[in-house]
Amino acid sequence: MGHTLAEKILLAHCDADDLAPGDFAMVRCDVVMANDLGGPLAARELAKMADRVFDPARVVLVADHLMPAKDVRSAELQKALKDWAHQQGVTFYDQGRGGIEHTLLVEEGWIVPGSVVVGADSHTCTYGALGAFGTGMGATDVAGCLAIGSFWQIVPGTILVELAGEKQGFVAGKDVILAVIAELGVAGATNMALEFTGDGARALSVDDRLAISNMAVEAGADTGLFPADEVTAAYLDGRTERPWTAERSDPDAEFAHYLRIDVSALGPLVALPHSPGNVAPLGDVAGRTIDQVYIGNCANGTMTDLRQAADVLHGRSVHPRCRAIVVPATQRIYRQALAEGLLDLFVAAGCIVSTPTCGACFGGHSGILAAGERAIATTNRNFRGRMGSPEAEVYLANAWVAAAAAVAGEIVHPAEVVGA
Amino acid sequence: MIIEGRALVIAKDDVDTDVLYPGQFLNVLDPTEMARHLFEGLDPSLRHELDGDTILFGGENFGTGSSRENVPLAMRAAGIRCVVAKSFARIFHRNCINLGLPAIACPEAAAAARTSLPVRVDTERGTIEVDGVTHTARPLPPFMLELLEAGGLVPWISASVRRG
Repeated sequence: MGHTLAEKILLAHCDADDLAPGDFAMVRCDVVMANDLGGPLAARELAKMADRVFDPARVVLVADHLMPAKDVRSAELQKALKDWAHQQGVTFYDQGRGGIEHTLLVEEGWIVPGSVVVGADSHTCTYGALGAFGTGMGATDVAGCLAIGSFWQIVPGTILVELAGEKQGFVAGKDVILAVIAELGVAGATNMALEFTGDGARALSVDDRLAISNMAVEAGADTGLFPADEVTAAYLDGRTERPWTAERSDPDAEFAHYLRIDVSALGPLVALPHSPGNVAPLGDVAGRTIDQVYIGNCANGTMTDLRQAADVLHGRSVHPRCRAIVVPATQRIYRQALAEGLLDLFVAAGCIVSTPTCGACFGGHSGILAAGERAIATTNRNFRGRMGSPEAEVYLANAWVAAAAAVAGEIVHPAEVVGA
Repeated sequence: MIIEGRALVIAKDDVDTDVLYPGQFLNVLDPTEMARHLFEGLDPSLRHELDGDTILFGGENFGTGSSRENVPLAMRAAGIRCVVAKSFARIFHRNCINLGLPAIACPEAAAAARTSLPVRVDTERGTIEVDGVTHTARPLPPFMLELLEAGGLVPWISASVRRG
Protein backbone atom coordinates (compact mmCIF):
# COMPACT_ATOMS: atom_id res chain seq x y z
CA MET A 1 0.00 0.00 0.00
CA GLY A 2 1.33 3.42 -0.94
CA HIS A 3 1.56 6.42 1.33
CA THR A 4 0.00 9.85 1.31
CA LEU A 5 2.19 12.94 1.26
CA ALA A 6 1.48 13.54 4.95
CA GLU A 7 2.49 9.97 5.83
CA LYS A 8 5.69 10.25 3.77
CA ILE A 9 6.73 13.46 5.51
CA LEU A 10 6.06 12.01 8.95
CA LEU A 11 7.84 8.73 8.07
CA ALA A 12 10.93 10.69 7.06
CA HIS A 13 10.87 12.39 10.49
CA CYS A 14 10.47 9.43 12.83
CA ASP A 15 12.06 6.07 13.63
CA ALA A 16 9.11 3.93 12.60
CA ASP A 17 9.48 1.59 9.60
CA ASP A 18 5.94 2.23 8.50
CA LEU A 19 3.02 4.44 9.49
CA ALA A 20 -0.71 4.32 8.95
CA PRO A 21 -3.48 6.68 10.07
CA GLY A 22 -4.13 6.36 13.78
CA ASP A 23 -0.57 5.26 14.64
CA PHE A 24 1.38 7.10 17.32
CA ALA A 25 4.80 8.43 16.44
CA MET A 26 7.44 10.68 17.92
CA VAL A 27 8.11 13.10 15.07
CA ARG A 28 11.23 15.24 14.69
CA CYS A 29 10.81 18.96 13.89
CA ASP A 30 12.85 20.88 11.34
CA VAL A 31 11.67 24.25 12.66
CA VAL A 32 10.01 25.21 15.95
CA MET A 33 8.25 28.58 16.09
CA ALA A 34 6.69 30.54 18.91
CA ASN A 35 5.29 34.06 19.21
CA ASP A 36 4.93 36.58 22.01
CA LEU A 37 1.88 34.77 23.45
CA GLY A 38 2.94 31.11 23.47
CA GLY A 39 6.68 31.81 23.57
CA PRO A 40 6.93 33.02 27.18
CA LEU A 41 4.70 30.14 28.34
CA ALA A 42 6.82 27.63 26.41
CA ALA A 43 10.05 29.10 27.81
CA ARG A 44 8.70 28.66 31.34
CA GLU A 45 7.91 24.99 30.64
CA LEU A 46 11.23 24.37 28.89
CA ALA A 47 13.08 25.53 32.02
CA LYS A 48 11.54 22.58 33.90
CA MET A 49 13.07 20.14 31.38
CA ALA A 50 16.29 21.60 30.01
CA ASP A 51 18.57 24.63 30.19
CA ARG A 52 19.02 24.92 26.44
CA VAL A 53 16.88 24.43 23.37
CA PHE A 54 17.66 21.25 21.40
CA ASP A 55 19.10 23.18 18.44
CA PRO A 56 19.16 27.00 18.34
CA ALA A 57 19.38 26.97 14.53
CA ARG A 58 15.94 25.36 14.31
CA VAL A 59 14.13 27.73 16.66
CA VAL A 60 12.51 30.98 15.57
CA LEU A 61 10.61 33.47 17.70
CA VAL A 62 8.38 36.24 16.42
CA ALA A 63 6.86 39.12 18.36
CA ASP A 64 3.67 39.79 16.45
CA HIS A 65 0.50 39.36 18.49
CA LEU A 66 0.91 42.18 20.99
CA MET A 67 3.20 44.20 18.74
CA PRO A 68 3.66 47.09 19.25
CA ALA A 69 3.19 46.45 22.95
CA LYS A 70 -0.36 47.42 23.87
CA ASP A 71 0.32 47.76 27.60
CA VAL A 72 2.96 47.19 30.26
CA ARG A 73 2.19 43.48 30.55
CA SER A 74 2.57 42.98 26.84
CA ALA A 75 5.82 44.94 26.86
CA GLU A 76 7.09 42.69 29.64
CA LEU A 77 6.14 39.55 27.72
CA GLN A 78 8.02 40.82 24.68
CA LYS A 79 11.03 41.81 26.75
CA ALA A 80 11.07 38.36 28.34
CA LEU A 81 10.85 36.75 24.89
CA LYS A 82 13.68 38.89 23.56
CA ASP A 83 15.93 38.26 26.56
CA TRP A 84 15.22 34.54 26.35
CA ALA A 85 15.94 34.49 22.61
CA HIS A 86 19.32 36.11 23.16
CA GLN A 87 20.15 33.81 26.04
CA GLN A 88 19.31 30.77 23.90
CA GLY A 89 20.96 32.12 20.75
CA VAL A 90 17.88 31.59 18.60
CA THR A 91 16.51 33.77 15.81
CA PHE A 92 14.19 36.51 17.06
CA TYR A 93 12.17 38.79 14.82
CA ASP A 94 11.61 41.89 16.89
CA GLN A 95 9.48 44.94 16.18
CA GLY A 96 10.41 46.44 12.83
CA ARG A 97 12.36 43.33 11.78
CA GLY A 98 9.70 40.85 10.85
CA GLY A 99 5.94 40.83 10.83
CA ILE A 100 3.16 38.30 11.21
CA GLU A 101 4.74 34.94 11.95
CA HIS A 102 3.37 32.67 9.21
CA THR A 103 3.70 35.09 6.32
CA LEU A 104 7.15 35.98 7.67
CA LEU A 105 8.56 32.46 8.03
CA VAL A 106 7.47 31.59 4.49
CA GLU A 107 8.90 34.83 3.13
CA GLU A 108 12.20 34.39 4.99
CA GLY A 109 12.84 30.91 3.61
CA TRP A 110 12.38 28.95 6.85
CA ILE A 111 9.81 26.70 5.21
CA VAL A 112 10.63 24.13 2.53
CA PRO A 113 8.64 21.23 1.10
CA GLY A 114 8.79 17.99 3.03
CA SER A 115 9.78 19.64 6.30
CA VAL A 116 8.00 19.39 9.65
CA VAL A 117 7.26 22.69 11.35
CA VAL A 118 5.65 23.07 14.75
CA GLY A 119 4.34 26.40 15.95
CA ALA A 120 2.61 27.60 19.08
CA ASP A 121 -0.19 29.00 16.97
CA SER A 122 -3.08 27.16 15.35
CA HIS A 123 -2.44 28.73 11.95
CA THR A 124 0.95 27.01 11.63
CA CYS A 125 -0.91 24.85 9.08
CA THR A 126 -0.22 27.75 6.67
CA TYR A 127 3.13 26.11 5.82
CA GLY A 128 1.28 23.34 4.03
CA ALA A 129 1.11 25.82 1.14
CA LEU A 130 4.76 24.99 0.44
CA GLY A 131 4.30 21.26 0.99
CA ALA A 132 5.55 21.34 4.60
CA PHE A 133 3.80 19.53 7.42
CA GLY A 134 3.17 22.67 9.45
CA THR A 135 0.97 22.07 12.45
CA GLY A 136 -0.25 24.23 15.29
CA MET A 137 0.07 23.27 18.93
CA GLY A 138 -0.05 24.73 22.41
CA ALA A 139 2.81 26.10 24.47
CA THR A 140 3.58 22.84 26.31
CA ASP A 141 3.87 20.89 23.06
CA VAL A 142 6.21 23.56 21.76
CA ALA A 143 8.20 23.44 24.99
CA GLY A 144 8.58 19.70 24.44
CA CYS A 145 9.86 20.36 20.92
CA LEU A 146 12.28 22.97 22.24
CA ALA A 147 13.58 20.43 24.78
CA ILE A 148 13.91 17.25 22.69
CA GLY A 149 13.27 18.32 19.10
CA SER A 150 10.27 16.06 18.67
CA PHE A 151 6.58 15.75 19.49
CA TRP A 152 3.96 13.03 19.75
CA GLN A 153 1.64 12.74 16.83
CA ILE A 154 -1.31 10.62 15.81
CA VAL A 155 -0.78 9.97 12.11
CA PRO A 156 -3.63 11.73 10.32
CA GLY A 157 -5.71 10.32 7.52
CA THR A 158 -5.79 12.49 4.41
CA ILE A 159 -8.73 14.16 2.71
CA LEU A 160 -7.90 14.67 -0.94
CA VAL A 161 -9.35 17.94 -2.19
CA GLU A 162 -9.34 18.19 -5.96
CA LEU A 163 -9.54 21.77 -7.17
CA ALA A 164 -10.82 21.83 -10.74
CA GLY A 165 -10.65 24.74 -13.14
CA GLU A 166 -9.47 28.33 -12.82
CA LYS A 167 -10.88 31.06 -10.61
CA GLN A 168 -13.12 33.67 -12.17
CA GLY A 169 -13.03 37.41 -11.50
CA PHE A 170 -13.00 38.62 -7.89
CA VAL A 171 -12.49 35.07 -6.63
CA ALA A 172 -9.43 34.42 -4.46
CA GLY A 173 -7.84 31.69 -2.38
CA LYS A 174 -10.10 32.77 0.46
CA ASP A 175 -13.18 31.73 -1.51
CA VAL A 176 -11.68 28.34 -2.33
CA ILE A 177 -11.00 27.50 1.31
CA LEU A 178 -14.39 28.85 2.43
CA ALA A 179 -15.97 26.51 -0.14
CA VAL A 180 -13.92 23.61 1.28
CA ILE A 181 -14.91 24.42 4.88
CA ALA A 182 -18.55 24.74 3.83
CA GLU A 183 -18.35 21.19 2.44
CA LEU A 184 -16.38 19.60 5.27
CA GLY A 185 -17.77 21.50 8.25
CA VAL A 186 -15.66 23.02 11.02
CA ALA A 187 -14.80 19.60 12.47
CA GLY A 188 -14.90 17.60 9.24
CA ALA A 189 -11.15 17.27 8.99
CA THR A 190 -10.33 16.62 12.66
CA ASN A 191 -7.25 14.38 12.88
CA MET A 192 -6.91 14.64 9.12
CA ALA A 193 -4.55 16.36 6.73
CA LEU A 194 -5.97 18.10 3.69
CA GLU A 195 -4.15 17.63 0.41
CA PHE A 196 -4.98 19.95 -2.49
CA THR A 197 -4.51 18.59 -5.99
CA GLY A 198 -5.80 19.06 -9.51
CA ASP A 199 -5.27 21.63 -12.23
CA GLY A 200 -7.02 24.24 -10.09
CA ALA A 201 -4.46 23.74 -7.32
CA ARG A 202 -1.48 23.91 -9.65
CA ALA A 203 -2.81 27.13 -11.18
CA LEU A 204 -2.81 28.95 -7.83
CA SER A 205 -0.11 31.41 -6.79
CA VAL A 206 1.78 30.89 -3.55
CA ASP A 207 -0.21 33.73 -1.93
CA ASP A 208 -3.49 32.02 -2.81
CA ARG A 209 -2.14 28.71 -1.53
CA LEU A 210 -1.13 30.40 1.74
CA ALA A 211 -4.65 31.77 2.15
CA ILE A 212 -6.07 28.28 1.60
CA SER A 213 -3.69 26.29 3.80
CA ASN A 214 -3.99 28.91 6.55
CA MET A 215 -7.63 28.00 7.15
CA ALA A 216 -7.21 24.19 7.02
CA VAL A 217 -7.46 24.30 10.82
CA GLU A 218 -10.89 25.94 10.50
CA ALA A 219 -12.04 22.55 9.19
CA GLY A 220 -10.19 20.90 12.10
CA ALA A 221 -7.24 19.67 10.02
CA ASP A 222 -3.68 19.12 11.23
CA THR A 223 -2.35 20.79 8.09
CA GLY A 224 -3.34 21.59 4.49
CA LEU A 225 -0.77 20.42 1.96
CA PHE A 226 -0.06 21.58 -1.57
CA PRO A 227 2.44 19.11 -3.07
CA ALA A 228 5.48 21.08 -4.22
CA ASP A 229 5.49 21.92 -7.93
CA GLU A 230 6.98 24.43 -10.36
CA VAL A 231 5.18 27.30 -8.62
CA THR A 232 6.72 26.26 -5.30
CA ALA A 233 10.16 25.85 -6.83
CA ALA A 234 10.02 29.26 -8.48
CA TYR A 235 8.99 30.85 -5.19
CA LEU A 236 11.80 29.19 -3.23
CA ASP A 237 14.47 29.93 -5.82
CA GLY A 238 16.95 32.32 -4.18
CA ARG A 239 14.87 32.45 -0.99
CA THR A 240 16.30 29.53 0.96
CA GLU A 241 19.45 27.49 1.38
CA ARG A 242 17.55 24.61 2.96
CA PRO A 243 17.62 21.44 0.87
CA TRP A 244 14.29 20.02 -0.22
CA THR A 245 12.75 17.55 -2.60
CA ALA A 246 9.27 17.51 -4.09
CA GLU A 247 7.27 14.66 -2.59
CA ARG A 248 3.76 13.64 -3.51
CA SER A 249 1.26 10.98 -2.53
CA ASP A 250 1.81 7.57 -4.09
CA PRO A 251 -0.66 6.65 -6.84
CA ASP A 252 -1.96 3.79 -4.68
CA ALA A 253 -2.15 5.81 -1.46
CA GLU A 254 -5.36 5.40 0.47
CA PHE A 255 -7.34 8.54 1.22
CA ALA A 256 -9.93 8.86 3.95
CA HIS A 257 -12.21 11.00 1.88
CA TYR A 258 -12.33 12.73 -1.47
CA LEU A 259 -13.76 16.14 -2.21
CA ARG A 260 -13.98 17.97 -5.53
CA ILE A 261 -14.41 21.73 -5.76
CA ASP A 262 -15.18 23.25 -9.14
CA VAL A 263 -13.15 26.43 -8.74
CA SER A 264 -14.33 27.84 -12.07
CA ALA A 265 -17.92 27.83 -10.77
CA LEU A 266 -17.13 29.72 -7.56
CA GLY A 267 -18.18 33.29 -6.95
CA PRO A 268 -17.04 35.37 -3.98
CA LEU A 269 -18.11 33.80 -0.68
CA VAL A 270 -18.56 35.18 2.82
CA ALA A 271 -18.42 33.43 6.20
CA LEU A 272 -21.19 34.85 8.35
CA PRO A 273 -21.09 35.26 12.12
CA HIS A 274 -20.04 33.40 14.21
CA SER A 275 -18.26 30.56 12.42
CA PRO A 276 -15.87 30.16 9.49
CA GLY A 277 -18.13 27.28 8.46
CA ASN A 278 -21.19 29.52 8.15
CA VAL A 279 -20.53 30.19 4.47
CA ALA A 280 -22.87 31.91 2.02
CA PRO A 281 -22.61 33.42 -1.47
CA LEU A 282 -21.80 37.12 -1.33
CA GLY A 283 -25.16 37.98 -2.90
CA ASP A 284 -27.04 36.52 0.07
CA VAL A 285 -25.71 39.21 2.40
CA ALA A 286 -25.38 42.16 0.01
CA GLY A 287 -26.63 45.39 1.55
CA ARG A 288 -25.64 44.64 5.14
CA THR A 289 -24.01 47.79 6.51
CA ILE A 290 -20.40 47.64 7.64
CA ASP A 291 -18.73 49.66 10.41
CA GLN A 292 -15.18 48.39 10.01
CA VAL A 293 -13.12 46.78 7.28
CA TYR A 294 -9.95 44.88 8.18
CA ILE A 295 -7.55 43.83 5.44
CA GLY A 296 -4.64 41.87 6.86
CA ASN A 297 -3.71 38.87 9.06
CA CYS A 298 -1.66 35.69 8.52
CA ALA A 299 -4.19 34.48 5.95
CA ASN A 300 -4.58 37.53 3.77
CA GLY A 301 -2.08 40.32 4.37
CA THR A 302 0.06 39.54 1.32
CA MET A 303 0.94 41.69 -1.69
CA THR A 304 -1.77 39.83 -3.60
CA ASP A 305 -4.35 40.98 -1.05
CA LEU A 306 -3.09 44.55 -0.91
CA ARG A 307 -3.12 44.79 -4.71
CA GLN A 308 -6.69 43.47 -4.77
CA ALA A 309 -7.72 46.04 -2.17
CA ALA A 310 -5.98 48.74 -4.22
CA ASP A 311 -7.88 47.66 -7.37
CA VAL A 312 -11.04 48.68 -5.57
CA LEU A 313 -9.87 51.64 -3.46
CA HIS A 314 -7.90 53.37 -6.22
CA GLY A 315 -9.39 56.84 -6.67
CA ARG A 316 -12.25 56.06 -4.29
CA SER A 317 -12.98 56.86 -0.66
CA VAL A 318 -13.93 54.86 2.37
CA HIS A 319 -17.65 55.38 3.07
CA PRO A 320 -18.32 57.91 5.85
CA ARG A 321 -20.01 55.31 8.08
CA CYS A 322 -17.06 52.95 7.80
CA ARG A 323 -13.53 52.65 9.20
CA ALA A 324 -10.91 50.73 7.23
CA ILE A 325 -7.66 49.24 8.53
CA VAL A 326 -5.00 47.82 6.23
CA VAL A 327 -2.31 45.64 7.81
CA PRO A 328 0.57 44.56 5.56
CA ALA A 329 1.66 41.23 7.03
CA THR A 330 5.41 41.85 7.08
CA GLN A 331 7.97 44.63 6.85
CA ARG A 332 8.92 43.44 3.35
CA ILE A 333 5.31 43.57 2.21
CA TYR A 334 4.95 46.98 3.83
CA ARG A 335 7.95 48.31 1.88
CA GLN A 336 6.82 46.70 -1.37
CA ALA A 337 3.36 48.22 -0.96
CA LEU A 338 5.03 51.55 -0.21
CA ALA A 339 7.17 51.28 -3.35
CA GLU A 340 4.10 50.47 -5.46
CA GLY A 341 2.24 53.48 -4.09
CA LEU A 342 -0.42 51.33 -2.46
CA LEU A 343 -0.03 52.70 1.05
CA ASP A 344 -0.50 56.25 -0.20
CA LEU A 345 -3.54 55.10 -2.16
CA PHE A 346 -5.02 53.52 0.99
CA VAL A 347 -4.37 56.55 3.16
CA ALA A 348 -5.72 58.89 0.49
CA ALA A 349 -8.89 56.79 0.43
CA GLY A 350 -9.34 57.22 4.18
CA CYS A 351 -7.95 53.92 5.44
CA ILE A 352 -5.41 53.70 8.20
CA VAL A 353 -2.33 51.62 7.46
CA SER A 354 -1.06 49.66 10.44
CA THR A 355 2.34 48.23 11.14
CA PRO A 356 2.45 44.42 10.76
CA THR A 357 0.63 42.94 13.76
CA CYS A 358 -1.96 40.32 14.68
CA GLY A 359 -3.67 43.16 16.57
CA ALA A 360 -7.39 43.29 16.08
CA CYS A 361 -7.67 39.95 14.27
CA PHE A 362 -7.66 38.13 17.63
CA GLY A 363 -9.29 40.96 19.56
CA GLY A 364 -5.98 41.96 21.09
CA HIS A 365 -5.69 45.65 20.23
CA SER A 366 -5.62 48.28 17.47
CA GLY A 367 -9.07 48.02 15.97
CA ILE A 368 -11.43 46.44 18.52
CA LEU A 369 -15.15 46.38 17.73
CA ALA A 370 -17.89 47.90 19.90
CA ALA A 371 -21.16 46.15 20.73
CA GLY A 372 -23.55 46.30 17.78
CA GLU A 373 -20.81 46.89 15.23
CA ARG A 374 -20.32 44.80 12.12
CA ALA A 375 -16.96 44.18 10.48
CA ILE A 376 -15.82 42.49 7.32
CA ALA A 377 -12.32 41.09 7.48
CA THR A 378 -9.89 39.08 5.38
CA THR A 379 -8.95 37.18 8.55
CA ASN A 380 -9.59 33.54 9.36
CA ARG A 381 -11.92 33.52 12.38
CA ASN A 382 -15.23 35.18 13.12
CA PHE A 383 -16.08 33.53 16.42
CA ARG A 384 -18.32 35.47 18.78
CA GLY A 385 -16.23 38.22 20.36
CA ARG A 386 -13.19 37.39 18.23
CA MET A 387 -12.47 41.04 17.31
CA GLY A 388 -13.86 42.67 20.43
CA SER A 389 -17.35 42.86 21.87
CA PRO A 390 -19.35 39.61 22.00
CA GLU A 391 -22.18 41.71 20.58
CA ALA A 392 -20.16 42.58 17.44
CA GLU A 393 -20.31 40.64 14.18
CA VAL A 394 -17.43 39.62 11.91
CA TYR A 395 -17.83 38.54 8.28
CA LEU A 396 -14.91 36.87 6.51
CA ALA A 397 -14.21 37.55 2.84
CA ASN A 398 -11.47 38.15 0.30
CA ALA A 399 -9.68 41.50 -0.05
CA TRP A 400 -11.66 42.65 -3.11
CA VAL A 401 -14.89 42.12 -1.23
CA ALA A 402 -13.59 43.74 1.96
CA ALA A 403 -12.34 46.80 0.06
CA ALA A 404 -15.62 47.09 -1.83
CA ALA A 405 -17.48 47.11 1.49
CA ALA A 406 -15.21 49.92 2.65
CA VAL A 407 -16.19 52.04 -0.34
CA ALA A 408 -19.92 51.21 -0.24
CA GLY A 409 -20.26 51.10 3.55
CA GLU A 410 -22.11 47.84 3.05
CA ILE A 411 -21.50 44.39 1.66
CA VAL A 412 -21.50 44.59 -2.10
CA HIS A 413 -20.06 42.68 -5.04
CA PRO A 414 -16.74 44.36 -5.96
CA ALA A 415 -17.80 44.43 -9.62
CA GLU A 416 -20.48 46.93 -8.67
CA VAL A 417 -17.87 49.23 -7.17
CA VAL A 418 -15.22 49.05 -9.87
CA GLY A 419 -17.75 48.81 -12.69
CA ALA A 420 -16.15 45.69 -14.17
CA MET B 1 -6.79 7.37 37.47
CA ILE B 2 -10.09 7.93 39.29
CA ILE B 3 -11.56 11.45 39.30
CA GLU B 4 -14.62 12.54 41.22
CA GLY B 5 -16.46 15.84 41.19
CA ARG B 6 -19.57 17.73 40.21
CA ALA B 7 -20.63 18.27 36.60
CA LEU B 8 -20.61 21.60 34.85
CA VAL B 9 -22.27 21.37 31.44
CA ILE B 10 -21.78 23.55 28.37
CA ALA B 11 -24.48 22.10 26.13
CA LYS B 12 -23.31 23.58 22.83
CA ASP B 13 -21.31 22.33 19.88
CA ASP B 14 -18.22 24.01 18.41
CA VAL B 15 -17.43 25.99 21.56
CA ASP B 16 -14.21 27.78 20.60
CA THR B 17 -11.25 28.75 22.74
CA ASP B 18 -11.88 32.43 21.99
CA VAL B 19 -15.14 32.41 23.93
CA LEU B 20 -13.62 30.16 26.60
CA TYR B 21 -10.78 32.65 27.09
CA PRO B 22 -10.93 35.87 25.00
CA GLY B 23 -7.89 37.30 23.26
CA GLN B 24 -7.71 40.44 25.36
CA PHE B 25 -6.50 38.36 28.34
CA LEU B 26 -3.73 36.48 26.51
CA ASN B 27 -1.05 38.63 28.10
CA VAL B 28 -1.70 36.94 31.45
CA LEU B 29 0.91 34.39 32.57
CA ASP B 30 -0.38 33.36 36.01
CA PRO B 31 -2.91 30.46 35.84
CA THR B 32 -4.75 31.65 38.96
CA GLU B 33 -5.36 34.96 37.26
CA MET B 34 -6.28 33.18 34.00
CA ALA B 35 -9.01 31.32 35.92
CA ARG B 36 -10.70 34.67 36.61
CA HIS B 37 -11.25 35.12 32.85
CA LEU B 38 -12.39 31.56 32.05
CA PHE B 39 -15.69 31.42 30.10
CA GLU B 40 -15.59 35.24 29.79
CA GLY B 41 -16.79 35.31 26.16
CA LEU B 42 -19.32 32.52 26.63
CA ASP B 43 -21.04 33.15 29.94
CA PRO B 44 -19.03 34.58 32.84
CA SER B 45 -21.71 33.39 35.26
CA LEU B 46 -20.52 29.80 34.62
CA ARG B 47 -17.60 30.63 36.90
CA HIS B 48 -20.04 30.73 39.82
CA GLU B 49 -20.75 27.03 39.20
CA LEU B 50 -17.09 26.19 39.81
CA ASP B 51 -17.05 25.05 43.39
CA GLY B 52 -14.53 22.37 44.25
CA ASP B 53 -13.57 19.49 41.97
CA THR B 54 -15.42 19.86 38.69
CA ILE B 55 -15.90 17.65 35.62
CA LEU B 56 -16.60 19.89 32.63
CA PHE B 57 -18.91 18.52 29.90
CA GLY B 58 -19.00 19.88 26.36
CA GLY B 59 -20.60 19.14 22.99
CA GLU B 60 -19.11 18.28 19.61
CA ASN B 61 -15.76 19.75 18.52
CA PHE B 62 -15.18 21.22 21.96
CA GLY B 63 -12.26 23.66 22.15
CA THR B 64 -12.10 24.45 18.45
CA GLY B 65 -9.96 27.28 17.13
CA SER B 66 -6.96 28.96 18.68
CA SER B 67 -4.17 26.91 20.27
CA ARG B 68 -4.13 29.15 23.36
CA GLU B 69 -3.12 26.97 26.28
CA ASN B 70 -4.57 29.59 28.59
CA VAL B 71 -7.84 27.66 28.36
CA PRO B 72 -6.77 24.35 29.97
CA LEU B 73 -4.39 26.26 32.29
CA ALA B 74 -7.33 28.36 33.50
CA MET B 75 -9.52 25.25 33.75
CA ARG B 76 -6.97 23.43 35.88
CA ALA B 77 -6.54 26.45 38.12
CA ALA B 78 -10.33 26.75 38.45
CA GLY B 79 -10.67 23.21 39.82
CA ILE B 80 -11.69 21.41 36.64
CA ARG B 81 -10.24 17.90 37.01
CA CYS B 82 -11.46 16.33 33.78
CA VAL B 83 -13.13 17.40 30.53
CA VAL B 84 -15.68 15.13 28.84
CA ALA B 85 -17.17 16.11 25.48
CA LYS B 86 -19.02 14.55 22.58
CA SER B 87 -15.85 15.18 20.58
CA PHE B 88 -12.79 17.43 20.78
CA ALA B 89 -10.90 19.74 18.50
CA ARG B 90 -7.40 18.36 18.08
CA ILE B 91 -5.19 21.10 19.55
CA PHE B 92 -7.35 21.65 22.63
CA HIS B 93 -7.34 17.91 23.28
CA ARG B 94 -3.54 17.76 22.98
CA ASN B 95 -3.18 20.72 25.31
CA CYS B 96 -5.31 19.08 27.99
CA ILE B 97 -3.42 15.78 27.83
CA ASN B 98 -0.07 17.59 27.81
CA LEU B 99 -1.06 19.42 31.00
CA GLY B 100 -2.15 16.19 32.66
CA LEU B 101 -5.83 17.15 32.42
CA PRO B 102 -7.81 14.11 31.24
CA ALA B 103 -10.01 14.89 28.24
CA ILE B 104 -12.28 12.05 27.16
CA ALA B 105 -14.73 11.88 24.27
CA CYS B 106 -17.99 10.25 25.38
CA PRO B 107 -21.17 11.43 23.60
CA GLU B 108 -23.47 9.43 25.89
CA ALA B 109 -22.04 10.86 29.10
CA ALA B 110 -22.03 14.37 27.63
CA ALA B 111 -25.70 14.00 26.70
CA ALA B 112 -26.63 12.64 30.14
CA ALA B 113 -24.75 15.15 32.27
CA ARG B 114 -26.53 18.00 34.03
CA THR B 115 -24.80 20.73 35.97
CA SER B 116 -24.07 19.83 39.61
CA LEU B 117 -24.74 16.07 39.21
CA PRO B 118 -22.05 13.88 40.82
CA VAL B 119 -19.55 12.35 38.38
CA ARG B 120 -16.90 9.66 38.66
CA VAL B 121 -14.39 9.05 35.86
CA ASP B 122 -12.07 6.07 35.48
CA THR B 123 -9.55 7.09 32.83
CA GLU B 124 -7.99 3.63 32.35
CA ARG B 125 -11.31 1.88 31.82
CA GLY B 126 -12.84 4.83 30.00
CA THR B 127 -15.97 4.86 32.14
CA ILE B 128 -17.86 7.97 33.15
CA GLU B 129 -20.46 7.60 35.86
CA VAL B 130 -23.01 10.41 35.88
CA ASP B 131 -25.36 10.39 38.87
CA GLY B 132 -24.83 6.66 39.32
CA VAL B 133 -25.29 5.69 35.65
CA THR B 134 -22.16 4.38 33.94
CA HIS B 135 -21.30 5.39 30.37
CA THR B 136 -18.46 3.74 28.52
CA ALA B 137 -16.16 5.70 26.26
CA ARG B 138 -13.42 4.39 24.07
CA PRO B 139 -10.46 4.52 26.47
CA LEU B 140 -7.71 6.98 25.65
CA PRO B 141 -4.82 5.47 23.66
CA PRO B 142 -2.05 3.98 25.85
CA PHE B 143 0.39 6.79 25.06
CA MET B 144 -2.04 9.45 26.28
CA LEU B 145 -2.72 7.45 29.44
CA GLU B 146 1.04 7.27 29.97
CA LEU B 147 1.29 11.06 29.67
CA LEU B 148 -1.59 11.54 32.11
CA GLU B 149 -0.04 9.05 34.53
CA ALA B 150 3.23 11.00 34.39
CA GLY B 151 1.35 14.24 35.14
CA GLY B 152 1.68 15.63 31.62
CA LEU B 153 4.22 16.10 28.86
CA VAL B 154 6.78 18.08 30.86
CA PRO B 155 7.20 15.49 33.66
CA TRP B 156 7.06 12.72 31.03
CA ILE B 157 9.95 14.28 29.09
CA SER B 158 11.87 15.02 32.30
CA ALA B 159 11.54 11.36 33.31
CA SER B 160 12.59 10.06 29.90
CA VAL B 161 15.62 12.37 29.90
CA ARG B 162 16.54 11.01 33.34
CA ARG B 163 16.10 7.45 32.05
CA GLY B 164 18.35 8.37 29.11
